[in-house]
Amino acid sequence: MAALLEVKNLGISFGGLRAVDDFEISIKKGQLYGLIGPNGAGKTTIFNLLTGVYKPSEGVISLEGNNITGLKTIEINKAGIARTFQNIRLFKDLSVLDNVKAGLHNHYKYSTLEGILRLPNYFKMEKAMNEKAMELLKVFELEGEADYLAANLPYGKQRKLEIARALATEPRLLLLDEPAAGMNPNETMELMDTIRFVRDNFDMTILLIEHDMKLVSGICEELTVLNFGRILSQGKTSRVLNDPQVITAYLGE
Amino acid sequence: MKKFKLGKNMKDNIITYGIVIIAYVIMQILVSTGHVSSLMQGLLVPLCVYVILAVSLNLTVGILGELSLGHAGFMCVGAFAGAFFSKCMKNVITFGLLRFVLAILIGALAAGIIGFLIGMPVLRLRGDYLAIVTLAFGEIIKNVINVLYIGKDSRGLHFSTKDSLSLGLEPEGDVIINGAQGITGTPKDSTFTIGVILIILTLIIVLNLIHSRDGRAIMSIRDNLIAAESIGINITKYKLMAFSISAALAGVAGVLYSHNLNSLMATPKNFGYNMSIMILVFVVLGGIGNIRGSIISAVVLTLLPELLRGLSNYRMLIYSIVLIVMMLFNWSPKLIDLRKRYSLKRLLKRTREVQ
Repeated sequence: MAALLEVKNLGISFGGLRAVDDFEISIKKGQLYGLIGPNGAGKTTIFNLLTGVYKPSEGVISLEGNNITGLKTIEINKAGIARTFQNIRLFKDLSVLDNVKAGLHNHYKYSTLEGILRLPNYFKMEKAMNEKAMELLKVFELEGEADYLAANLPYGKQRKLEIARALATEPRLLLLDEPAAGMNPNETMELMDTIRFVRDNFDMTILLIEHDMKLVSGICEELTVLNFGRILSQGKTSRVLNDPQVITAYLGE
Repeated sequence: MKKFKLGKNMKDNIITYGIVIIAYVIMQILVSTGHVSSLMQGLLVPLCVYVILAVSLNLTVGILGELSLGHAGFMCVGAFAGAFFSKCMKNVITFGLLRFVLAILIGALAAGIIGFLIGMPVLRLRGDYLAIVTLAFGEIIKNVINVLYIGKDSRGLHFSTKDSLSLGLEPEGDVIINGAQGITGTPKDSTFTIGVILIILTLIIVLNLIHSRDGRAIMSIRDNLIAAESIGINITKYKLMAFSISAALAGVAGVLYSHNLNSLMATPKNFGYNMSIMILVFVVLGGIGNIRGSIISAVVLTLLPELLRGLSNYRMLIYSIVLIVMMLFNWSPKLIDLRKRYSLKRLLKRTREVQ
């Protein structure tokens, strides 16, 4: 089967610093893929490269065979990559429901004039948006908090809302940047179920960055380990986690 | 079947419209029974102008979340474009209302276009830098209009930036914009009723925009630019949209303002940065992002100096004290807490629980 995301020879330098060098990855449709590595290894930089926040110095990124290297963030989102952030970035002063509806922005359209004059299309589209958004919130058990301001949600739910918002853009590939950061073991277990559920029910392919080894070994089928911007090890999860090089990188000599 | 339910937003909006309409009715009754001094009556149209300005600036400051200090500049563009049109068409379109409606549309369009053109370069900046650049643009607009001479004769329009003589008009030609002397003889078309209608139209535009797909996009940019981009929202488009609509509405206020005066001049007093800052004070006092608050604070702060006229010398002192007290009452966390504890809503709830 052809790969959904194919990255070859990706690299970026900030001034003299080589943040990512010769990065390669190939993710098949429906896969749960993990990207791990010590702090400062370049994991989030790779996410920023994949989503167009940074322009790569060299290399090719292709999604479903289409070259998306160097596209703008919004174009990459339209092409089918959505992401969450390490430090949660919700629309704090919007309601939980509106956060998800903002994610539906490019899929339910009506013109500005229709919105201001409240023409029939406005009501039709808003109703469809509300239904779709509530459906997504239900998946994450947030339907009871739909009217809350996003800022007033507890931490774990904010993380979930961010995933819901990303899914609202109907991506092919979902990038999760440390989804379990700051969660207690129970919340992490719950999150693992949610991620699996999303993969199965939304036909999603997921690439995630994570430090929690229990989560990584629990749900990821394949792993890439980064260290100092370079790939240290790549392959099936069980094999990679037993790779002596990986153990050294994490625990020291 | 689900029962038809008014959304919370809808209810909020209806209350806002209601306040404006009730205030209008009360004012009309007071005027017709002769309880309002002529000085106060002269203040009614400016009041509408300030309310529209405050609501429109709130779209930039509160909803888009960008500080703009050039709002008086857009008002200036609208005022001159509208007055220019009205004076040109004074003898062509004799039906006053139609001419005024066209003038309003032209004023809004002109200010909107200028807003769009200025917005394109400056909206790349954020925060303090944007505030300073908009301040500069506001001053530029005012000063450009101050050196602008436009005349009309049988051969068409003539432009100059030197003086009215260099326009080279035919003897029966007419100088319409006379540099620093501005436009004189604009038809006095503005009335309180038209002003209130314009306020309501402004409210409809702003409130409906906020509670629509575009409004959500604009507010998501305010709350988190990077996240908004990551979910495919076109930042430039929506920033420009909010900024231009805000400018266009300021233009409407300008047209209303210019058709209330016999001679329109661009002075630092009416279109300078003092004015921009005064509008910003309305917005900040009423609550950033709170449209209803903008209306109320614009009305209170415009009427206050007049109501305090009897105190002569102490007028401005009391004005500033009231301003400080209101700011504290509205925004100090301690006082917000106190207000919540002794609020009417809570009192009602408690009596209900007791029963």
